[in-house]
Amino acid sequence: MNRRTMLLGAGAALTLPALGAHAQEARITGAGATFPNPIYQKWAEAARGAINMQVNYQSVGSGAGINQIRNRTVDFGATDAPLNAQQLTEANLLQFPTVMGSLVAIVNLPGIENDQMKLTGPILADIYLGKITRWNDPRIVAINAGLTLPNLAIAPAYRADGSGTTFVWVSYLAKVSQEWKDRVGVGTSVRFPAGTGARGNEGVAGTVRQVRGAIGYVENAYAITNRLTTTQIQNKAGNFVKPEHATFMAAAASADWSVPGFAADLVETTGPQAWPIVAPTFILLPTNPTDAARNANVRRFFDWAFKDGDRLAQELEYIPLPDVAKAAVRAAWATQFGA
Amino acid sequence: MFVLLLLGAIIVELFIAGLPAFQAFGIGFIWSTDWDPVQEVFGAGVSIYGTLVTAVLSIVLAVPLAFGIAFYLTELAPPWLRRPVGTAVELLAAVPSIIYGMWGFFVIVPAFATYVQPTLIDNLGELPLVGFLFQGAPFGTGIFTASFILAIMILPFIAATMRDVFEQVPPVYKESAYGLGATTWEVMRGVVIPYTRISVVGGIMLGLGRALGETMAVTFVIGNANRITTSLFGPGNTIASLVALEFGESEMGSLKLSSLLALGFILFVLSFVVLATSRYLLRSRLKA
Repeated sequence: MNRRTMLLGAGAALTLPALGAHAQEARITGAGATFPNPIYQKWAEAARGAINMQVNYQSVGSGAGINQIRNRTVDFGATDAPLNAQQLTEANLLQFPTVMGSLVAIVNLPGIENDQMKLTGPILADIYLGKITRWNDPRIVAINAGLTLPNLAIAPAYRADGSGTTFVWVSYLAKVSQEWKDRVGVGTSVRFPAGTGARGNEGVAGTVRQVRGAIGYVENAYAITNRLTTTQIQNKAGNFVKPEHATFMAAAASADWSVPGFAADLVETTGPQAWPIVAPTFILLPTNPTDAARNANVRRFFDWAFKDGDRLAQELEYIPLPDVAKAAVRAAWATQFGA
Repeated sequence: MFVLLLLGAIIVELFIAGLPAFQAFGIGFIWSTDWDPVQEVFGAGVSIYGTLVTAVLSIVLAVPLAFGIAFYLTELAPPWLRRPVGTAVELLAAVPSIIYGMWGFFVIVPAFATYVQPTLIDNLGELPLVGFLFQGAPFGTGIFTASFILAIMILPFIAATMRDVFEQVPPVYKESAYGLGATTWEVMRGVVIPYTRISVVGGIMLGLGRALGETMAVTFVIGNANRITTSLFGPGNTIASLVALEFGESEMGSLKLSSLLALGFILFVLSFVVLATSRYLLRSRLKA
């Protein structure tokens, strides 16, 4: 009996300081997509000082993130491929975007400088379908007058691990090529008819750097930090655009955010200067939270990020959400959870 | 006993989790070469093929080398050299597999892409009957590169086993053979190998078991394509590598997750058979 009381006392003594710390600093946990991981970590670091919140984000992959939020083992999940309205209702989840990113095509060709080469969506699709196999193919030569293209085999590289990056890339290819849509389809991992797979963005970047004649797709931030050779791509309006801040913003501006789950489609938007391959990344938040305080803290964190996080996002080559989108997300929070 | 129970529980758990895949695709799951996450059609054929081919090929590359090392260390090397060389070989086993993967990706792959593969493709690709094994674009990655890395990884296991069993041959047998005028090689072939044959095979099986389950190093260099290519330089996939790559993007209750767990079950059975065989063959040595 004595011993038990003593143990209880010791337990209370240990818990008390911990409780004190808890009251001072709010803690939330999240898990999911790897693509926004750098910015979530950056925001988490800044939020600690700014709003006294400790955010613990694990980039385990979108699929695993969805699993964890369905099991409610984390406070929020993160995914690159949006869930549809039915999936959201079934799992009692609210979905909203946080930032956007863009994909670029990278190539390794002797004598070709950054943003010199021009490519179109159908050509990219046929390269990844294995139908265009050499760099001096008449279709590539026709739109690249002035460039000398070598008689070199095209080696397409893709993400071997399931990823949101692949999801965005193949949804672009499916949009510009009916054959891609019919034969391959869209998903976080698909059956690529040609080429070689590499693990992660760094794997694709490494393969393209090492193999002459290789082409690959990575997030823009990777291309910039690793100084990879990117290309121009023809957008829906018919203009060849370079992957740069202005064209990304043009794509973001022409998006329609009024769709269910904010699953706005930023691939092949209509703007005359819009970069064709831009995509938002999403947060999944329970609408029937087990712990209402933590749920509110998740909203407080992203509200802060919307307000003060744009500069950090741009430093890491992400594209901040336009103000209309932020307002719409805040309105959705208010409708769902009250003010 | 406890370990055995745990092992059994893992097998049963994997089987139950993989059951939906076996139910959906039938027994054909094992040899179907489809792997299409979009249509939700899955088959284990490509990765089982990749697993077996890389494992067998790595054994083919590693065994002669391991035999040479063991032969040299037990019969030819001066005594002062035996310990350092033996330790160096065993140290290869201590290198983490991720290091082999990175070394493979950044050193071996470019070297293969620039020197080894173009030469082999140009010179052997046109041969009748076997030419198809050496065709294709020199990516540097692929089945052959994966087997090469695996061979280096399993080399220390096979070499150390061989050296140990060679040393257990009673000196009196060898001395009798030398007394009859046999050369070193004749002693090796006529006395040492027949005496240790079964243990040597057991050691090889041990290496094979490691090669079957290796994940990280293989993922880096195999090219990760879910297709069967006839060329040794073509990309492929292994069970372990496919599971590692796809696991993070498979949702709970999905057919994909179940298929991945079914693959895990198949891999478990494969390695279990190999390791059981090796223990059976090594049983006399393990008792000693």
